[in-house]
Amino acid sequence: MKPPPFGYHRARDVAGATALVAELGEDAKFLAGGQSLIPMMNFRLARPAHLVDIARLGELSFLRRDDDRLHVGALTTHHEVESAPDRSVRGFEVVREAMRWIGHLPIRTRGTAGGSLAHGDATAEWCLLAVLLDAEIVTASPRGSRVIPAGEAFLGFFTTLLEPDELIVEVVFPKPAPHAALTEFAERRGDFAIVAAAVDLDVAGGRVTGGRVVLGGVAPVPLRVPAAEALLGAGERADAELFAACGRAAAEAVDPPDGPGPGADYRRSLVRALVARACEEALAR
Amino acid sequence: MDDAVNDKVLLSLDVNGSEHEVLVEPRRTLADVLRHDLELTGTHIACEHGVCGACTVLVDGAPVRSCLMFAAQAEGRGVRTVESLGRGDELSDLQRAFTEHHALQCGFCTPGFLMLAEGFLAARPDASRAEIREAVSSNLCRCTGYQTIVDAIEDCAARRRAAERTRSA
Repeated sequence: MKPPPFGYHRARDVAGATALVAELGEDAKFLAGGQSLIPMMNFRLARPAHLVDIARLGELSFLRRDDDRLHVGALTTHHEVESAPDRSVRGFEVVREAMRWIGHLPIRTRGTAGGSLAHGDATAEWCLLAVLLDAEIVTASPRGSRVIPAGEAFLGFFTTLLEPDELIVEVVFPKPAPHAALTEFAERRGDFAIVAAAVDLDVAGGRVTGGRVVLGGVAPVPLRVPAAEALLGAGERADAELFAACGRAAAEAVDPPDGPGPGADYRRSLVRALVARACEEALAR
Repeated sequence: MDDAVNDKVLLSLDVNGSEHEVLVEPRRTLADVLRHDLELTGTHIACEHGVCGACTVLVDGAPVRSCLMFAAQAEGRGVRTVESLGRGDELSDLQRAFTEHHALQCGFCTPGFLMLAEGFLAARPDASRAEIREAVSSNLCRCTGYQTIVDAIEDCAARRRAAERTRSA
C-alpha cells in the first residue's frame, strides 16, 4: 500500500509544466490534488516514473463569471466550488450542489475540477456536469492551447482525448442552467456512485420544451440519452408523469454492464428512479 | 529508472508551528513522514487509500487525508496533527468532549475524528447536527458507533459558541 518510486518536479508556470512533461516522456504525469492518482499509486494501479506537481500554479485556481459563462480554473477544489457564494454561481447552482456528492470533505478540500476531468471516471460529477452543460475544456500543451468540447472529451474507460503533455487549464460552462440537477445512488455515503443521473430542463410556462439527460455508471463514458431527451422536447406539461416516462425511456435505452456487484437490471432500475428524481429536483430549483 | 527517480528530496515542513527538515524519497506520504521521520505517531494509518480517515490532519486549516498527499506537496503549507490539540497533559475542549461523551473506545480512529472535527468546526462553528453527521461520514469507527462522536462534536461546538457569546457580551 505504498506508492512506487517516482521523480518529483514542481512546476512554476503552465508552459514550464507542459514542457517538462513533454520532455520526461509518456511515463510522466501532472499531479494536481492527487485524490484519484495517489490512491491508484498506493494500489500500484498507476506507476508514473515522474510527477510534475502543478499545485503552485495559483493562476489555475478561480471561479469566475463572464457574462453568461462560468469559468472554473483547473486547480479549483471541489470544496471551493461547494463553498462558493450565491452570486458567483447564479444560474449554475447545479454545479455547486453536485459537489456534495464527491467523496467526503477531506477529499473535496484537495481534489480539483481539472484533476477529475482528466481522470475521466464515467461516474465523476465533473465529467457528468461538463457533458450535461456542453462545457468547453480549455487545455495547454507545448503545441499551444486548444478547446475540447466536453461531448468529445471522453473516449472510453478512464480514457480522454487529452495528450500526455496536455494540461487542463479551465472548464467553461457556456450558459446558465437554472433548471438542472444531479443525483446519485451509492451503497454508502461518499462512495463512488453505482449510477448517477444529471438532467438539464428547458422550462417555459409550466411546460418542458427541451432537455438533456446524462448518465454515469451505465457505460464506459458519461452517456447522453437521446431517447429520454426526445420526451423532454415535446412541450409536455412539467409533471411527475412526464418525468416518470423520461426515467423509463432512459432505462430502456441503456445497456449497463453486468457481472459482479450491481448487475444490469439493478442499474436499469436505478436509472429509472434517478432520472425521474433528477427531473423533479431540476424543476424545483 | 533514471537518477531523478532514486533521488531523495530535502523538504522543509511546518508541522504544529515548528519547522522541520526531512530528507525523504518523493513517494513518502505526509502520513509516513509525520509518523516515521517526525515521530508524531498520533496520526494513525489504516487503509492507505483514502477510505477510513484515520490519518486525517489539517493542512492550512482544512482536513485532508495524509495518506493521499506526498510530504513534498505539504512544503510551504501549515500542517497540524493531533499532537497540537492539547497542552502537555491538558486536553483541549474537543478532546474533553470526546472523553465526556464516550466518543472513543479503542481509540484507533480518534486522532482522525478529532482533526476532522477541529477543521470542520473552525470553518462551520454553527454547524447543525445533520451537518456534523455528514462531516463525520468521512471517517470510519468500528467500536462506539457514531452517535457519541456526533454528540461530542455538537457539545463542543455549543460550548465554544457559548464562550464566544460570553466574550463578546
